[in-house]
Amino acid sequence: MQGTRDIRRRIRSVKNMQQITRAMKMVAAARLRKAQERVLAARPFARTMREVFLDLMSKTTVTNPLMAERGQNKRVLYVVITGDRGLSGGYNANILRKALSHAGKVEEASFVAVGKKGRDYLRFRKLAIAGEHVQLGDEPQFMVARQILDQVSRSFINNEVDEVYLVYSQFVTAMTQRPVANRLLPLAAPVGEKAGEASGEGDAAGPKAAGASAETGGGPGYLLPEYIYEPSAEAILARLIPKYLETLIFHGMLEGKAGEFGARMTAMDMATNNAAEMIDRLTLQYNRARQASITKEINEIVGGANALQ
Amino acid sequence: MAEKAVAKRMMRLEVVTTREVVFASDAEMIVAPGTEGSLGILPLHAPLVSALEPGVLRVRQHGAEVRMAVSSGFIVVKPHKTVVLADAAERAEEIDVERAMAARERALKRLTARGESIDMVRAEAALRRAAARLKAAGREGDPH
Repeated sequence: MQGTRDIRRRIRSVKNMQQITRAMKMVAAARLRKAQERVLAARPFARTMREVFLDLMSKTTVTNPLMAERGQNKRVLYVVITGDRGLSGGYNANILRKALSHAGKVEEASFVAVGKKGRDYLRFRKLAIAGEHVQLGDEPQFMVARQILDQVSRSFINNEVDEVYLVYSQFVTAMTQRPVANRLLPLAAPVGEKAGEASGEGDAAGPKAAGASAETGGGPGYLLPEYIYEPSAEAILARLIPKYLETLIFHGMLEGKAGEFGARMTAMDMATNNAAEMIDRLTLQYNRARQASITKEINEIVGGANALQ
Repeated sequence: MAEKAVAKRMMRLEVVTTREVVFASDAEMIVAPGTEGSLGILPLHAPLVSALEPGVLRVRQHGAEVRMAVSSGFIVVKPHKTVVLADAAERAEEIDVERAMAARERALKRLTARGESIDMVRAEAALRRAAARLKAAGREGDPH
């Protein structure tokens, strides 16, 4: 039986840990709310962008260098969006697992790491890192999405890679995040729209919110207006495609951030509960030990008194 | 009757950036800085998509004018709604004039210093954005 002092010390240390995990949970919850608001606020832009893009694609036969198909699963570049920090349950590990399982099926994989955790892991595994963006803070910046796109589209156009995938965590609920790998380049003309994300083109408006898919999924009776394009459809397309792709990356970053906070909140909630359980167990143990020592003392006194008689 | 006619002559305008919705209200007329020249949009305009360059977006609303500085983007005119998609958009009263002036100075200095060509393009774009902000804020006359 451990001494009562040792047990008391352990209880105190577990209580301290519980305080920390509880504080982290609160912080994550507050940041999660903000991150979710940002995802929602960015949605109208992405939705309108997508709508114009779909309309353009259905009308023009013009092709863009960013749409050139050069065969699948050959030289693939992965943009992997993870968090900068750990203590978020399986959040980072799930994204990396998704990326690596996908990369295992291609001839040659390279990575652009967004987020410190992903960078560190890819480095540890000695994988080809083509670029990194770390220490991005809690509020994703559009500039970063633009830099990422600049880099990957240059690699693509210079024929250094054949495909570019975006791997990030879709935000489902605070408790559930779904890691996905969506193809970014070559940008596919969205003909099989209804096939949804499985076709690889991905979902511009983020998670399959009911509103978004109803609007863009080509439901019956929904017709896009006949637009006039100024200066020309080709010119608009050339300007729209990079912007559209930037929006996709930015959205991945926003959603990833929300997912990270959700995962951290859940993980810290569990840690807090586990600590509470452990404190209960240790308290019980402590009381038993205390009782045992009292009983022992009484026995000794009684034993001593009997011996004197 | 008169009121009804006025109500009819309104259209919905949304100015949206990558991070937020800057403006969402009814408008009587919109003048946008298209790449091919200024675009005047009245209600019942035909569906149109145009690229925008950094400049001033003017919106007439109940006879008054709202001015916004927009950086490059697109304007999408739909039958019942017009959407301006811009990298950045600020209402005139929210513009940080000091900052815009500083940005303009910086850009001008870079342009006169003549560095690499990529920097020149960037400086020029920065100058146009700064000029647009100042113009929207009403702190600068015609830049040309």
